[in-house]
Amino acid sequence: MREVRYRDALREAMAEEMRRDPTVVLMGEEVGHYQGAYKVTQGLLEEFGDQRVIDTPIAEAGFSGIAVGAAMTGLRPIVEFMTWNFSLVAFDQIVNNAAKMYQMSGGQLPVPVVFRGPNASARQVGSQHSHAVEPFYTNVPGLYVVYPSTPRDAKGLLKTAIRSDNPVVFLEGETLYNAKGEVPEEEELIPFGVARVAREGTDVTVVTWGRPYVTVMKVAEELAERGVSCEVIDPRTLRPLDHETIVESVKKTNRCVVVHEHWPYGGPGAEIVDRVQRDAFDYLDAPILRATNLDVPMPYAIELENEVIVTEARVREAIERVCYLD
Amino acid sequence: MATDELLPLYRQMLLIRRVEEEAARAYVQGKIGGFLHLYIGQEAIAVGTEAAIQKRDAVITTYRDHGFALARGMSARAVMAELFGRDTGCSRGLGGSMHMFDRENRFYGGHGIVGGHVAVGAGIAFRAKYLQQDDVTLCFFGEGATNIGGFHEGLSLAGLWKLPAVFVCENNLYSMGTPLVRSMPAKDLTDKAAGYSMARDRFDGHDVLHVRDRIREAVERARSGGGPTLVEILTYRFRGHSMSDPGKYRTSEEVEEKKRQHDPVRIARQGLLDAGTPEAELAAVDAGVEDEVRDAVRFADESPPPTLETMYDCVLAPEGGLDA
Ligand SMILES: Cc1ncc(C[n+]2csc(CCOP(=O)(O)OP(=O)(O)O)c2C)c(N)n1
Repeated sequence: MREVRYRDALREAMAEEMRRDPTVVLMGEEVGHYQGAYKVTQGLLEEFGDQRVIDTPIAEAGFSGIAVGAAMTGLRPIVEFMTWNFSLVAFDQIVNNAAKMYQMSGGQLPVPVVFRGPNASARQVGSQHSHAVEPFYTNVPGLYVVYPSTPRDAKGLLKTAIRSDNPVVFLEGETLYNAKGEVPEEEELIPFGVARVAREGTDVTVVTWGRPYVTVMKVAEELAERGVSCEVIDPRTLRPLDHETIVESVKKTNRCVVVHEHWPYGGPGAEIVDRVQRDAFDYLDAPILRATNLDVPMPYAIELENEVIVTEARVREAIERVCYLD
Repeated sequence: MATDELLPLYRQMLLIRRVEEEAARAYVQGKIGGFLHLYIGQEAIAVGTEAAIQKRDAVITTYRDHGFALARGMSARAVMAELFGRDTGCSRGLGGSMHMFDRENRFYGGHGIVGGHVAVGAGIAFRAKYLQQDDVTLCFFGEGATNIGGFHEGLSLAGLWKLPAVFVCENNLYSMGTPLVRSMPAKDLTDKAAGYSMARDRFDGHDVLHVRDRIREAVERARSGGGPTLVEILTYRFRGHSMSDPGKYRTSEEVEEKKRQHDPVRIARQGLLDAGTPEAELAAVDAGVEDEVRDAVRFADESPPPTLETMYDCVLAPEGGLDA
């Protein structure tokens, strides 16, 4: 299979869907002439023109609302947030309008819109620019929340998102854009609500997504050399959550660690723990542990940021603890 | 022209310029990380407006904040140490380039979300009015910010309540890679003041004394109960939007032409020479700035990073501390 970068896989998904369906439009800050702040949309303006690849002013609430209005009346807009941090000024549009229009209208008005962009910490960009927003959006019924960790998933899930008749919050790992991976030549649509077993193992189930996915895969490799066999599960969609795959794995390994970048208070990390303790209680040989970012606004200083973002050491320690290794 | 008035302003602008040039170098060396938005080209605005206000007045701005931090009286050491992520920085290394703060000098940041601080600026002015204090708040932002809700809501309330504030748009013609013509239908963005029944002014921002004199009117209006003003100052940034911006949206000829015509530091230096200031005197000023900048870099290099304890201490303020 050919190797494709995560950012290029996302672009392929958008380009293919835009060729296929003239109602798909893309809008956001610097998506056109600038070729995308993170170059995800590079070349799309040239191919599709400025009627369909639309540079917006800095007005997230405005263009998110425009996308909702257009979506409920016949278009399939893709909104790019330069980063998800800036979605917070459009939170009302996503939560009150995109997520509720179908329900409020008694099922008359589906809202086929995709909100996408880079999520979570980058490198030393400080507290206002480092949010992992998945807890904010997974809390909301009426939204899909998707978070691919590999190029293949990025492409297949984004295509599904664009064809979905419902609002999708599509989170991309800021630090994953350069990651390379195999992506099939032929068309692939990856369904929502289906987790992926990223690594098979027998001793402990580790559930993770986004940037920590890379950390976990590395630690799992290392631990394998020490005879600890990790089964790594990437949920791929956080809402709906494929808890069955996770629970089945835990029934096999009897141990579970959840690793994520969002703050430890609540969120999908805690949701997964809840599902596992409910559905696999009798199978557990140890308390379920989480390795997460620290519970503070992101500091700028590199020494501190390195500690705050979930570290290899914390992942290793959590796995060792549930395995009662010392 | 009074050279004794211009000389300190020239020195201040040069200090900002040199601190930022050294910051750009340190960024390339990996000593500074994240986003670094340079103010180079726009120095006459921070320095000129500062010259028109009092110490008790308040200033709040965007992520492009180093110039204001220095103009307000923050030391080059505190700026550089913050950029280096050190405990001795103005925000203890927690904020970084975009989040410089200095309560003592009434500099209220350093904000990363476009438009998010405009209403906060109005809030600082609200306090002044409520407590019948006579300070004025200057709130700065780029022209790109005048499209977002935060800007409009801030001005809406400031206009309604006649708050003692001056809202200053630094129009550097590009919002990241987007030229003004593609981001707003209005050519004169002070047209937006009309909707809030607010006074307005619009002028060129490359001559520091001109900036000082023109902004005075708006400051006096605010101080004397005449309400807020929306001011647009025309300027240009000589560097990319941030260090990671290759700047392909404008030609190097355009940038070079602007540098030739509108460099506020050069304009001030030439003004001083034309008014008879001896070259030797200016050279001495320049050398003093070099020393200050070199000292700041050394200080930042030698300072320790913040500790985890500092990080945890700065999440919530201790209860009861404010009234103590
Ligand atoms: C709400 C929000 N959207 C997007 C961004 C990303 N961003 C940072 S600065 C900027 C351009 C701002 O341009 P302008 O207001 O003209 O100020 P300048 O940078 O030119 O000083 C953008 C899009 C942001 N920080 N906040």
